[in-house]
Amino acid sequence: MTAQLAVFFVLAGLAAIGAVSLILQKHPIHSALSLIVVMIALAGLYLLLGAEFVAAVQIIVYGGAIMVLFVFVIMLLNAGIEEHTSISKMAGAPGLLLVVALAGFVAATIARSTESIQATSQTGELASTLGISNMLFKDFVYPFELTSFLILVAVLGATVLAQREKS
Amino acid sequence: MPTHPMLEYLWIITLLPLLGSAVNGLFGAKWPNKIVNGVAIGSTGLSFLCALEAVREFFESGQVLFHKEFFTWIAAGNFRVGFDLQMDQLTVVMVLVVTGVGWLIHIYATGYMAHEGGYYRFFSYLNLFMFFMLILVLAANYVLLFVGWEGVGLSSYLLIGFYFLRKSASDAGKKAFIVNRIGDFGFMLGMFLLFRAFHTLDFQAIFTSSTLQGWPVELGGHLGTLTFACLLIFMGACGKSAQLPLYVWLPDAMEGPTPVSALIHAATMVTAGVYVVARSHILFAHAPTAMLVVAIVGCATAFFAATIGLVQTDIKKVLAYSTVSQLGYMFLACGVGAFSAGIFHLMTHAFFKALLFLAAGSVIHAMGGEQDMNRMGGLSKKIRWTYLTMLTATLAIAGFPPFAGFFSKDSILLSAFQNENGGRSAGYALYGFGLATALLTSFYMFRLIFLTFHGKRRYDEHKVHVHESPRTMLVPLMILAVLSIIGGWLAAPAMLGAGPDYFTKFLQPVFGGSEAAGPEGEVRALELTLAGIAVITALIGVTAAFWLYLKGSGKADSLAKSMWGAYATLLNKYYVDEFYAAMIVKPLLWISTNVLWKTADVAGIDGAVNGIAAGTTAIGDGVRHTQSGNTRSYAVWVVVGALVVMAVIFFWPFGGKPVLGMLR
Amino acid sequence: MVPTNYYVILSAILFGLGVFAFIFKRNIITIFMSIELMLNAVNLAFVAFSQALGKLDGQVFVLFVIVVAAAEAAVGLGIIILIARNRQTLNVERVNLLKL
Repeated sequence: MTAQLAVFFVLAGLAAIGAVSLILQKHPIHSALSLIVVMIALAGLYLLLGAEFVAAVQIIVYGGAIMVLFVFVIMLLNAGIEEHTSISKMAGAPGLLLVVALAGFVAATIARSTESIQATSQTGELASTLGISNMLFKDFVYPFELTSFLILVAVLGATVLAQREKS
Repeated sequence: MPTHPMLEYLWIITLLPLLGSAVNGLFGAKWPNKIVNGVAIGSTGLSFLCALEAVREFFESGQVLFHKEFFTWIAAGNFRVGFDLQMDQLTVVMVLVVTGVGWLIHIYATGYMAHEGGYYRFFSYLNLFMFFMLILVLAANYVLLFVGWEGVGLSSYLLIGFYFLRKSASDAGKKAFIVNRIGDFGFMLGMFLLFRAFHTLDFQAIFTSSTLQGWPVELGGHLGTLTFACLLIFMGACGKSAQLPLYVWLPDAMEGPTPVSALIHAATMVTAGVYVVARSHILFAHAPTAMLVVAIVGCATAFFAATIGLVQTDIKKVLAYSTVSQLGYMFLACGVGAFSAGIFHLMTHAFFKALLFLAAGSVIHAMGGEQDMNRMGGLSKKIRWTYLTMLTATLAIAGFPPFAGFFSKDSILLSAFQNENGGRSAGYALYGFGLATALLTSFYMFRLIFLTFHGKRRYDEHKVHVHESPRTMLVPLMILAVLSIIGGWLAAPAMLGAGPDYFTKFLQPVFGGSEAAGPEGEVRALELTLAGIAVITALIGVTAAFWLYLKGSGKADSLAKSMWGAYATLLNKYYVDEFYAAMIVKPLLWISTNVLWKTADVAGIDGAVNGIAAGTTAIGDGVRHTQSGNTRSYAVWVVVGALVVMAVIFFWPFGGKPVLGMLR
Repeated sequence: MVPTNYYVILSAILFGLGVFAFIFKRNIITIFMSIELMLNAVNLAFVAFSQALGKLDGQVFVLFVIVVAAAEAAVGLGIIILIARNRQTLNVERVNLLKL
């Protein structure tokens, strides 16, 4: 049991617990906080995988912006404890079946591929930030510009949606 | 200008009636009778003149066979059929009979149908019939002949059912067409066999082909393609010319107006069968079995129909059975190899049978629509011309010299007597039945005359005003009467011992090879003997009719009562129609209703189509539940979709898993 | 060296939990958060494979995923606010105006 493996298990466990907690909590704010825990654990895992830039982005953007947004909205809307209704017939037994089926598929896929996935040495294109920026501005420059456009559209949309009704 | 302009444009003969038909049919509804008459009679008359001109040119060219393809109709691979018309001696006879007698009947019809509704329609159909009949006789290949064949069947249907508001008339039209169709089926099969054997359906091509010349004669035990082909073509002829067992439509066809009966069911359409057999004589000569069948069927039909005609009370029905009987004679002639005699009888029969029908129409017209002979009587003084012409025709059909029927019937009986195909006894049997038929013919025809024109008046004078027919009706009668008298003289020289008669000599180039030898030498003595016997037979017939119907009243009734079984059978036409209805029509109707309609159509096809619709509705009904309006359900459906995609990737059988493949 | 399999299994587990939450939670915001969870799980898989193959494409793609997630979160939360204003409820089952 190397140190890496141990760290992995710790972080993985953290992520799993956070996810389960998200499901089990009754108040959305608790779910949000659980999700933040998951994000941080994942950031740690990214670090473990040698993706520093991604880990940083994860924390800054996901943890620092998106989750904050979620918490803002929860507080704004004064969301309370989730009430228990069961109107939908599809969610229920069929839903459970689906989740199980899904899990089964994924498990089977992984089981089949156990032998062939081998981790290479942790080199590749080192200095990942340099490499990422190279790729981003050379190979993927077109999608990159498109994402800026996407963000513009999102901002516009959010603005329009959140406007007070002109009465 | 070509040397023979008429022959070069032979198709004009057929086109003129078609134009007349089209003009009358499209525009005639609003025209007064006079104009319709002009178009109809004009087109037929012109056609007759063109035919005369064509015949004249034919003679001028030395009676050389004329054959021309005017355009190619079908060209499909090896199969080639053109609109070929030909002119040879046989065509001369046929085309003159068709156009000549047809024209006379058109003139007659203008008088007869003067007060009928649908006047223009009648003449349109009549001209249409002429068109098809001319195509039939002028055709130079079997396919074009078949076009005419079917066309005359169609016109016959239209004309029989002319009074279509009467159920019996429309039923009769249907019956005629359907029974004809059965024969046509045989005809088509025969054509297929011929094509298979000779790879062409052109007359000259088949008849002069080396295949045919090298073909062995199919005797007794070796029945081959030609026998079957000939039998099948004869089956078609049976349908068209009303022989056993396909004769049942002809008596019912009397529902049509009398000019129709005269033209179609006496003079022209019904003779198409005889024409086709005569035209195919070379084929029949190679298949003696088929010829024997033709002779037997013809003779049997002749006798059979004559027996039925003995007791019929409707004047037109008697003539109808008489037609069937005389057609039997024509087939008997062809069957024993006397083709020119058969054609000769066809010609003379056209004259006197058309005359008989037209005169009967005149009687019916005079009696104001009455057709039952039991309600006539004593008309001879009142409608003199009708009586005289009808008497002439009766003498002709009974076979009294020097009228036309005598010569033709006599040569047929002689050839039958001399026939050796199937053994001498077959020949004697054919002769015997033929002679018996002649006796019966004479009897029932004179019975008709006596019942209609002589004896006591059996109708109410106050209800029926008997009047002679107008000139338009009488003149054709007189012309036909003259033809009935002199028409037979074309065969006269034989009687006087000068060798084969004019007619046979004339048709020699056509029938050369297969004709039985003309009378010579000691055969002449036989011929005179047989002629004498025939005349005596006819006299016996007249006397019997005279004795039963004229001399004493009530003799016929008491005779009928004493033989009531036989009488009933004959009166009911041997119950053949009832037999057909029970054996054939009823099962067919049952199959049509229960199997084809209820099962195949309603349950099967409708069920399938409706089932698809119902299925679609059901599926729609089921699928609509996905749109519940509940967002959580939608969430579940999203997951379902994702699952489907994953399943596809997971179970994709082509090559390795894509996911894994990318890792290599 | 942690085998890549482990990462993939973890990613699968997180994804499955995300689906579970997506189906069975009733609060709209919670459902939204489960979507984020699923996206994160996938990101983890991407990075893990990127390391296994020695190429950086996976990580670049993760960046794009994060950007898209951010945009989507912004707009989505705007919609959620509107729904809350209009329907006075955050229970997804009460948002049923499409029901016949």
